[in-house]
Amino acid sequence: MAAITVRQAISDALREEMERDENVFILGEEVGVWGGTYAVTRGFHDQFGDKRIKDTPIAEAAIIGAAIGAALTGLRPIAEMMTINFAFSAFDHIVNEAPKLHYMFGGQFRVPMVIRAVGGGGRQLGATHSQTPDVIFAHFPGLKVVAPATPADSKGLLKTAIRSDDPVLFIEHSTLYQWRGEVPDGEHLVEIGVSKVQRPGKHVTLVTYSKMLQLSMEAADQLAKEGIEVEIVDLRSLRPLDMGPVLESFKKTNRCVIVEEGWRSFGVGAEVAARLYEEAFDYIDAPIKRVAQKEVPLPYNRELEQMALPQVKDIIAAVKEVL
Amino acid sequence: MKKEDYLDLYRQMVLIRRVEEQAAILYQEGKVGGFLHLYIGQEAVSTGLVAARLPQDRFITAYRDHGLALNVGLTANQVLAELLGKATGMSKGKGGSMHMASVEHNFWGGHAIVGAHLPIAAGLALGDQYAGRDGVTVCMFGDGATNIGYFHEAVNLSKVWKLPVLWVCENNQYGMGTTIDRASAVSEIRQKAEGYLIPNSRVDGMDVLAVKDAAAEALAYVRAGNGPYFLEAITYRFQGHSMGDPERYRKPEEIKKWQENDPIGIFRKAITAGKKATAKELDAIDAAVIEEVAAAVKFAEESPNPAPEALFTDIYVEAA
Ligand SMILES: Cc1ncc(C[n+]2csc(CCOP(=O)(O)OP(=O)(O)O)c2C)c(N)n1
Ligand SMILES: [Mg+2]
Repeated sequence: MAAITVRQAISDALREEMERDENVFILGEEVGVWGGTYAVTRGFHDQFGDKRIKDTPIAEAAIIGAAIGAALTGLRPIAEMMTINFAFSAFDHIVNEAPKLHYMFGGQFRVPMVIRAVGGGGRQLGATHSQTPDVIFAHFPGLKVVAPATPADSKGLLKTAIRSDDPVLFIEHSTLYQWRGEVPDGEHLVEIGVSKVQRPGKHVTLVTYSKMLQLSMEAADQLAKEGIEVEIVDLRSLRPLDMGPVLESFKKTNRCVIVEEGWRSFGVGAEVAARLYEEAFDYIDAPIKRVAQKEVPLPYNRELEQMALPQVKDIIAAVKEVL
Repeated sequence: MKKEDYLDLYRQMVLIRRVEEQAAILYQEGKVGGFLHLYIGQEAVSTGLVAARLPQDRFITAYRDHGLALNVGLTANQVLAELLGKATGMSKGKGGSMHMASVEHNFWGGHAIVGAHLPIAAGLALGDQYAGRDGVTVCMFGDGATNIGYFHEAVNLSKVWKLPVLWVCENNQYGMGTTIDRASAVSEIRQKAEGYLIPNSRVDGMDVLAVKDAAAEALAYVRAGNGPYFLEAITYRFQGHSMGDPERYRKPEEIKKWQENDPIGIFRKAITAGKKATAKELDAIDAAVIEEVAAAVKFAEESPNPAPEALFTDIYVEAA
């Protein structure tokens, strides 16, 4: 086992899959000569050349649309949205084409493609460039939405996504790339749609994913000092959503806090809470709490932006409220 | 043009240059966050365009917007305060580098999604056409932005509806690290206007007077009710795309070659050679601008942050 960064893990997954299968190729803005604006594909252009590392014009709809078409012919494109905020410019193709084709044509078509997109706030990029709109995409059946946090999950889930015969939106977080963690040596695959307990505990179930896992871990460390043991379930995939480990944990703790970076309304917290009411009503001992982004477009000013984003102290406060 | 006009244009370009140099320093000091796209090298384009405008003409641009902000009359204080996220910035610290605007100056913003402001520009022009006003909307965008669908939808619509828009492509040779020949089917961006039967031309974007003249002519054409016009200004950004750009995609020699073509240097030479003003007078402007910008940095640093309540204001229009 080696401790590597999320950036390295994602880069390794891409390289390994490209070396394994020559039908895998990458297209996107600045993925080649520049090396990826987050340096994930640095060196790829030299290794794989123009044919397999395709710098595109600024044309999100064409990037996703062309990836869909190429996928229909049996290729396995990895289409990169420089950030998830630009995925809105390709929204039709992401939610209205890719996820529909297999079903609508009675199973004739397959769209084996991955859309990589980085999201998240906290870098003072202003309202249009800082969003965490993951749930919007998770609304659409036919699209798989994966949003891992740790290096191991990032690598394993991306490799599985590339091998998936369905379209997968793979969401990265711009402030997680430097996060270090152990990644198993050799072939490492993680199943899509399987949640995971990232930290065992017995008092409160904390459900989260992506960047908020990092903050939740920190909150759990602090709470542990006060004798409060939080069990953290990392969803890792939003669609399909695996409630198994959440329910198992909740039946033990009877208390739940859901932490997400995106806006509260219609969010991951709303979905998970609703499912707990539906599937574990008899186990509820306290109101289920949500920690999420304040319902404002993210401002540029650093202090205001941090006020709007969920903080460790918010998570701690929410946990204490349900105890 | 009168002597004061020459001096004014010169002053504007020098002001943009000095403000942005300070912005880069403030960024390195960690006081400016997010992205910072400098306009250094391209000053003659926005300066020339604004010099040709009438007050009723609207301006809209992309995220590389500090230059235009200063040209239309926002102050160095306001620009630097916005960069520091202060309450005294024109967007109250909520917009930052990419989102400067001033309705008072008919400046409808810096917009950060590539190409997204072009359809909005068509709408601004529609507003004037609808009301029977004779304003022209001047919409600036990069060469890279002409490859996204928004561009084609907006430009087509402007022709179909005969909208009073002046489309201005700032061709600085690159969209981030991608050269035009790697991203665009045509090598001259103005050729894209041909497909929509929009009259078009190219201008040297390093020559402020050439830009001003071309813009004046184009604005007159549009104002006369002829529909849109497309102007391509050939220019170059001397700095990276944004701060921290490793610039692996271009050679230092290329940058150097263009820097010899510095729009401020060119204009300075033209002024002195044409005896419009003396070198001494220009030096005096240089010195005054340095003082003005130093004071603006101080103003911005000493300005207050937005109040915490500001987080929740301006989400919706307050009921009267
Ligand atoms: C829809 C969209 N895609 C990608 C980006 C990221 N991006 C920001 S600027 C830029 C390059 C734009 O190039 P150009 O239009 O030539 O303008 P320049 O930066 O040269 O002024 C890119 C790809 C974005 N902001 N919006
Ligand atoms: Mg450009």
